[in-house]
Amino acid sequence: MGEGDQAIHQRTLAGLAKGLAAGEFSSRELTEALLERIAKHQATLNAFITVTAEQALDQADRADQARTSGNGGPLNGLPIVHKDLFCTRGVLTTCGSRILDNFVSPYDAAVVERLAAAGAIMLGKTNMDEFAMGSSNETSFFGPVTNPWDTKLSPGGSSGGSAAAVAARIVPAATGTDTGGSIRQPAALTGTTGIKPTYGRVSRFGMVAFASSLDQAGVITRSAEDAAMLLGVMAGHDVRDSTSVDHPVPDYVAGLGKSVKGLRIGIVRQHFDEGLDSQCAASVKDALKSLEDAGAELVDVDLPNIGLSVPTYYVVAPAECSSNLSRFDGVRFGHRAEKPEDLLDLYSRSRGEGFGAEVKRRVMTGTYVLSAGYYDAYYLKAQKVRQLISQDFRNAFENVDVIAGPTAPTTAFAIGEKTDDPITMYLNDIYTIGANLAGLPGISVPCGLADGLPVGLQMVGPHFAEEALLACAHQYQQLTDWHQRAPGGFL
Amino acid sequence: MDTTLHKAAGIILPPDLLHLSHRQESPENPVSLTKEQVQHIATLARLQLEDRESDDVVEKLSRIVDFVDQLQAAPTDDVLPMAHPLNMSQRLRADEVSETDQRDFVQQNAPSTEGGYYLVPKVIE
Repeated sequence: MGEGDQAIHQRTLAGLAKGLAAGEFSSRELTEALLERIAKHQATLNAFITVTAEQALDQADRADQARTSGNGGPLNGLPIVHKDLFCTRGVLTTCGSRILDNFVSPYDAAVVERLAAAGAIMLGKTNMDEFAMGSSNETSFFGPVTNPWDTKLSPGGSSGGSAAAVAARIVPAATGTDTGGSIRQPAALTGTTGIKPTYGRVSRFGMVAFASSLDQAGVITRSAEDAAMLLGVMAGHDVRDSTSVDHPVPDYVAGLGKSVKGLRIGIVRQHFDEGLDSQCAASVKDALKSLEDAGAELVDVDLPNIGLSVPTYYVVAPAECSSNLSRFDGVRFGHRAEKPEDLLDLYSRSRGEGFGAEVKRRVMTGTYVLSAGYYDAYYLKAQKVRQLISQDFRNAFENVDVIAGPTAPTTAFAIGEKTDDPITMYLNDIYTIGANLAGLPGISVPCGLADGLPVGLQMVGPHFAEEALLACAHQYQQLTDWHQRAPGGFL
Repeated sequence: MDTTLHKAAGIILPPDLLHLSHRQESPENPVSLTKEQVQHIATLARLQLEDRESDDVVEKLSRIVDFVDQLQAAPTDDVLPMAHPLNMSQRLRADEVSETDQRDFVQQNAPSTEGGYYLVPKVIE
């Protein structure tokens, strides 16, 4: 089917850019069409917390003028939505939490600023697990997001609203953040493409912090090509984030043509153990076979300590979260308890009322592992195991260019299915967390359907290997059409 | 831990809770946290727990702590703790003013202010 036959909402960013350039439609028409689609599906999916229709239409008009005068940016007039933990000046930024349900950011996050400067139009802010703590979008104060493939199911999380909106063909692209898998896992569960760049590749300025040594911003799209278009704009050094890396940003779109011939793809045997659903395993193996047929070489690699990545993460991430979330105190912004008796009561009740159950558990886990007498046994121990896990990856990347395997152990699960046991929920991220601990880039691409539900293939590369990951994902998407499959109710 | 610091912050803790009692650490013997320990952690974290939440928090926090306990078995002698994913050190910058004064704008988000100050309940009598 040619692009001209596609409804406007079915097009990718690249397809929309062509349509805009050819004058098939204006940015205003595009924006109006997608705003209508947001409204139409909000009751079913709950993918949005805020819709910024008025600003979007203003931006669209300016984009149309810029195009006419020939000075639009590289993303001029292209629609995008932001996960609601990117600060947006003058617009609500809630992080899916009651404690920020009235917070209007005084400034834009670097990611928001860069995409806007390139001409992208923000249509709204997407729903998410509270402070990005969750793998199912069920911890949001604003209610769970549903999966467009089956609305009884979760879209994954924490960037669940972003993933659902992209999968349902409501918007072509959304930003997300990934601390332990929060871009890649929902991308896998919704049949979308999601990339988490190298730690430090994209500025975290204005991205509300959860676990600062693990958090990284990325995108969820419907193709690797679209992800490349956005990442090229988002990546780069920013003096306002002291962990942002001053490292040249390649032209990711130009690099997409690189063949997989001779690419050495590492396969980790432990990733195909009994923990992985057999249908998911079959899809992932098919995908690896396609890449092998296209000239890639499959090589067994060993990550001896990868089995400890989830417990390591659940010491390090809560420790950092307990520190980061101490800023929410009912004094400078956010929810404040009524009639506090004293300062302690103000802090404790504002936080007790403002945070949901999972956030409280993580703040308390973090407080515990950092408390007197426990720091060495938990936090220091975890940072040592983290070093071992990182060293395993460094060793593996001496022999392979990327490591590929499943993104998630199962396809999408039912809303409510895993809420009783935090550990069951945490194990959703068993294949994704390693990349965060080691600061590595990772991408998830759709690689099959199991009982009608999407399966994701994850590829992880060495630091700053985004170009290779995007090229490999793009080449795979030239060989297969899994990324073009849309959920039935959202064609 | 210094008890006077706690007093200064308006919290008086019973002496036996100043240090969390040491747990037995072995996978065969998962030791759950007690309600008192959890309450102490909540106090340190400045989180008020409702009575109805309390049992659930004790149970789930215990499961999390038991789960992460498997790290204890990992051999980490001579391993340096990881400080940064890219082994980078923090950059320094010149100590120059780079921001404009936006106090009034920023304080629009504050629940209670007066004369440019944030208002909190009286701390010193």
